[in-house]
Amino acid sequence: MIAESVHMSQETVREETLDNIVEDVRRDFPILTQTINGEPLVYLDNAATSQKPRSVIDRVCSYYEEHHSNVHRGVHSLSQRATEMYEAARETVRGFIGAASTAEIVFTRGTTEALNLVAQSYARPRLGSDSEILVTMMEHHSNIVPWQILSGQTGAKVVVTPIHEDGTLDLDAFEQLLGDKTCIVAVAYISNSLGTINPVEHIIERSHARDIPVVIDGAQAVPHMPVHVGELDCDFFAFSGHKMFGPTGIGVLYGKETLLDAMPPYQGGGDMIESVSFSGTTFNKLPHKFEAGTPNIAGTIGLGAAVDYIQNVGYDFIQKHEARLLTTALSKLSELESIRFIGQAAERASVISFLLGDSHPYDVGSVLDKMGIAVRTGHHCTQPLMDHYQIPGTVRASFAFYNTIEEIDRLCSALRKAASLLQ
Amino acid sequence: MDTEKEELYQALILDHDQAPRHFHRLDPFSHTAEAYNPLCGDRYTIYLDLNSHIIRQISFEGYGCAISKASASMMTSMLSGASFESALALFSSFRTALLIENPPSDDSLGDLITLTGVISAPTRIKCALLAWEAACTAIQGASRHAITPETTN
Repeated sequence: MIAESVHMSQETVREETLDNIVEDVRRDFPILTQTINGEPLVYLDNAATSQKPRSVIDRVCSYYEEHHSNVHRGVHSLSQRATEMYEAARETVRGFIGAASTAEIVFTRGTTEALNLVAQSYARPRLGSDSEILVTMMEHHSNIVPWQILSGQTGAKVVVTPIHEDGTLDLDAFEQLLGDKTCIVAVAYISNSLGTINPVEHIIERSHARDIPVVIDGAQAVPHMPVHVGELDCDFFAFSGHKMFGPTGIGVLYGKETLLDAMPPYQGGGDMIESVSFSGTTFNKLPHKFEAGTPNIAGTIGLGAAVDYIQNVGYDFIQKHEARLLTTALSKLSELESIRFIGQAAERASVISFLLGDSHPYDVGSVLDKMGIAVRTGHHCTQPLMDHYQIPGTVRASFAFYNTIEEIDRLCSALRKAASLLQ
Repeated sequence: MDTEKEELYQALILDHDQAPRHFHRLDPFSHTAEAYNPLCGDRYTIYLDLNSHIIRQISFEGYGCAISKASASMMTSMLSGASFESALALFSSFRTALLIENPPSDDSLGDLITLTGVISAPTRIKCALLAWEAACTAIQGASRHAITPETTN
């Protein structure tokens, strides 16, 4: 268990202690001890989904074994207990991202649903046929398609901020594209394909100077860096539980209370209403107005456990160790003759996309899999970005704080074997 | 590990990947078929020169992974001069060999047997079948067309 020793060392994590902490942390993740195709698993697909610590798994299990009931419903004790646990998780998440009030924390199925909610409930009533939605070239499909659907419904136009060759946003172009017609800006904090950390503070400041609201896709940010929505001053912020060591099927939409309050519900059903009659229905107060039906109670409670876990491990350790992983991986991978990096931003998370000579990413991925190494291959749900680079996809190694320097060596050695086999 | 690795990427597969056979546009051709997998970006055009029941010539162009390219290359080698009936029967045998566990041994598969190693990687079966599905759809279309009274008179 990571326990207190990790917590105590948070403020002064030294280089030499990082390896010891990683060793402790790895013991919290039961899945990491297995072998794949006869080799110890090297899990480098964290940008797709991260693994779960024992504390998250246990919290979900104990919820089902000891506390399960429906929330916000019954007068019986079990229901009250489940409700308390569910709402306690909301308070945990509020503190985690620095929101002013739990009214601003809406639980969703994930980032995708959160972004769709913003598109349909916030943007749709406000957009006209001459409106523009400003996104970027490096968005995940989940921050493109909801806006395209909205475009089909309203006639509004999706405008794309271009990127530089190194995978950073063209901020001059952004400035020019931000215009009188722009109704909303939607941008990823961190690119899931390139690892680029976008200057969201700058984007928010420039957008707000024109009274344009900003929605941040924060799915790739929360596993790697502390986020404070109050300080960012973003209008909406979406993220997923499963990419931050929590369960699948649970995510969060943060929205400023005044904005959420003025928005119509996204879905209708139980829990989101105050009273229903056939002559008319009044809606529940925030955040329940946006949580129709029985929610993912276990997932929410598991998400709370994931937040507790991250806070216990500490972003200080996470950022120092991941920075070391990134630097080491980039340096060692650079030694491979045929490697070509896709995206080379100076400000980036521990996500590395590359191609190996002319080898197809799927072939490289299959060879690595035979050696127990899990990487993602393909377009990573960013087809427009791949088209921009004129490639069908990449091999992507994405690191979490439980990855080790030794695993980078295994990746490099496996890539050498793949290159000699395939080329 | 090495054994399994070789099962997926046998030398013959890599040879077809690096030196694909019939890898050019056909001139003249009677039919083309597009094979595209949006998930991985693999995209081939298959050219066919068909008469009423025979594949006179077949070739392909495009880009894809070693498995899909080797499979397309082997397909063009095996189907040149084949009757529609035997081509479709071979496609059916190949698909069976990829999709079912412990398929009965089938000599008709020839070099295609090297591709059945992809069964250990289920996500790659689509790669092995990509060009075949497109080509055989075109052949089936031509076959149906050939037996209609208008075209067989």
